Amino acid sequence: MSDEGRQLTLRKTIAAAVLAFLALVPVISAAIGEPYYVTLFTRILILALAAVGLNLILGYGGLVSFGHAMYIGIGAYSVGILAHYGVGSGWVQLAVALCVGAAVAVVIGFVCLRTSGMAFIMITLAFAQMLYFLAISLKQFGGDDGLTINARSDFGLFSLRTNVALYYCTFVVLIAVLLGVSRLVHSRFGMVIRGGRSNGRRMEALGFPMLRYKLTAYVISALVCVLAGVLLANLTKFAAPSYMAWQASGDLIVMIVLGGMGTVLGPVVGALALIVFEEVLTGWTTHWMIVLGPVIVLIVLTANKGLYGYIVERDARRRLP
Amino acid sequence: MTTGLFFVQALNGLQLGILLFLLAAGLTLVFGIMNFVNLAHGSLYMMGAYFGAATFNATGSFVLAGSVAVPATMLLGVVVERIALIRLYHRDHLDQVLATFGLILFFNELVRIVWGPGAQFMSPPEVLSGSVDLFGLRYPAYRFAIIAVGLVVAAGLYVLIHRTRVGMLIRAGATHPDIVAALGVNVRRLNTLVFGLGAGLAGLAGVMAGPILSVQPGMGEPILILTLVVIVTGGIGSIRGAFYGALIVGTVDTIGRAFLPTILREFLERSLAQAAGPAIASMLIYVLMAVVLAIRPQGLFPVRHA
Repeated sequence: MSDEGRQLTLRKTIAAAVLAFLALVPVISAAIGEPYYVTLFTRILILALAAVGLNLILGYGGLVSFGHAMYIGIGAYSVGILAHYGVGSGWVQLAVALCVGAAVAVVIGFVCLRTSGMAFIMITLAFAQMLYFLAISLKQFGGDDGLTINARSDFGLFSLRTNVALYYCTFVVLIAVLLGVSRLVHSRFGMVIRGGRSNGRRMEALGFPMLRYKLTAYVISALVCVLAGVLLANLTKFAAPSYMAWQASGDLIVMIVLGGMGTVLGPVVGALALIVFEEVLTGWTTHWMIVLGPVIVLIVLTANKGLYGYIVERDARRRLP
Repeated sequence: MTTGLFFVQALNGLQLGILLFLLAAGLTLVFGIMNFVNLAHGSLYMMGAYFGAATFNATGSFVLAGSVAVPATMLLGVVVERIALIRLYHRDHLDQVLATFGLILFFNELVRIVWGPGAQFMSPPEVLSGSVDLFGLRYPAYRFAIIAVGLVVAAGLYVLIHRTRVGMLIRAGATHPDIVAALGVNVRRLNTLVFGLGAGLAGLAGVMAGPILSVQPGMGEPILILTLVVIVTGGIGSIRGAFYGALIVGTVDTIGRAFLPTILREFLERSLAQAAGPAIASMLIYVLMAVVLAIRPQGLFPVRHA
C-alpha cells in the first residue's frame, strides 16, 4: 500500500484527468461559446453524485437497491414544497431534506434489509414505486405534472443564481463526497460492509451485528442521493414524479456497472459515459432507446468490470510480483 | 356505500387479481427454477397485448387475436431467452436485473416505432360485450370471462405441476437442478419450456387486458411492479403464493382505491380526506407488503421444501 502511494499509476492519472476535465468544463464551454454544456454537465455531476451514493451499498455492500431514485425525489420535493410555501433558504431546505430522507431511509431500510438477494431488489423497487405514486397523487403539489420552483435555494453565503456557480457548487459537493466515501470504505466500517458482501453469515459469526451496519450504510447512501436531489431541483427549478421513476433507479445502476462497481470514481466515469452517450444518440434519432437497451444488455454480457473498474484491476494486477 | 357497489368492486379486484396471477405465475416459475429474475416479463405482457390488438385491427376477430397473441408471445419469449437470457442464468441477480432492464427499454421503443406512441384500440368479442345479471347486479360479461379464464388456467397449472411428469421435473428442477440434470433430463430444454410457458401466460394476460386497459408503450411496467409485490408477498417461487398473493393484492388495491377516500371522509375533514384518500389508497398494497415482510420475510405462502 505504501509503495502505491508514491507510484504514479494509470488509475491515478485517469482519475486526475477526469476530475481536471470536470473542473474545467465551464471554462471550456465558455471558450467554445456553448453555455448549454454547463447545464448538461451539472446534470452529469448530480447523477454521478447519486450513483456514488448508491455505489456505497451496491458496489461495496452488495445490496442491489433498485429504488434509490426515490431519495433523489425526496431531495427535490423537499426543495420544491418548501419553496412552494415561501421558504427559500437553502440551509433550511437542505436540513429538512436530509431529515426527511434519513427518517424515510431508516424505516424503509429496516423493512427491506430483512430480506436479501432477489427479494431485496424487488422490495426496494416497490417502495420507490410507492413514493412515485404518492407524488403523483399529491394534486396540491402538481401531481403528475410536477412542481415548478420559482427561485434557486438561497444559501446566504454564496449564490447559486448563475449556472456556473451551481456547477462549481455541485462539483465541490461531489469532490467532498468522493473523499468521504474513499475514507469510509477504507475504514473499519467500510471493511465490515465489504465483508458483508463476501460472506454475511461469517461476519455475523464474528460478532458484527450486520443489520445495524447495513442499515447505517443504507441511510448514508440514501442521504447522498437526497443531496443530489436538492441539487437537481436547483438545476431544473422543478420537482417531478419522474425523478423517482423506476427507470431513473435503473439508470443509476447502469452508471455504476458501466463505470465499475465498488470503485470510488467508477460511478462518476459511468455517469459521464452514459449521459454523453445518450446525448449523442438523441442527436441521431428520437428512438435512441432502441439502441441504448441492447447496448446495456451487451455491457452486462461483456464488460463486467466496468470502464474504470478495468483500469483499477489492471493496476492491481501490475502491483503483484 | 352500498353492498351492491362493494360487490362490484370486489369482483373488479378479483379480476385484477386474476390478471396479476397470470403474470406472477410465469415470473415466479422462472425465478423458482432458474433463479432468474426477468424484469422484461412486463414487456412480454405488453407485446402480447400489441400482437392481440394488431391481429384484432386486421381481422376484427377477438378469438383470432387471442389465438395469435399467445403463441406469438410464447415464441418471442423463447427467442429472447435463447439469444440473451440463457447467458445470464449463472450470473448474479444484478446482471440479470440490468440486462432485462435494457430489454424493457428496447421493447418499449420498438412498439413506439412500429405502432406509434398512441394507444391501440381493442374491443371485447361480440358475445361478451353485454353484461351479466347477478342477483340484481349488472356486471360486464367480459370481466367475468377474464375471471373464468384465469381460474381455468390456475386449475390447469395446478394439474400440470402436481399431476404430470413435466410438472414433476419442474418441481424437481426448482429444488435440485443438478440431480435432475444428472438423471439425464435436458435441463436446458426444461428451462426453455418453463420460460415459454411463462411468456405465453404473460401474452394471455396482455391480450385479455387489451379491451379493458389501454394498449400503449410502457403498459407493462405498472403491472410488473404490482406483480413483483404479489410475488414478494406470496413467497418467491411458489405458485400457490402467486395465486393467493395476486388475489389479495388485486382486491386490496381495488377496494382501497374505491372506498378509502369515502371512509376517510367519515372521520377526517373533507379537504384533508380528499387529499389524503387517493394518496393512502395508492400506497396501501406497499404497506401491506411491508407488514407481511416485517412479520414473515419469506412471504405468506413460501415454497415448502419437502
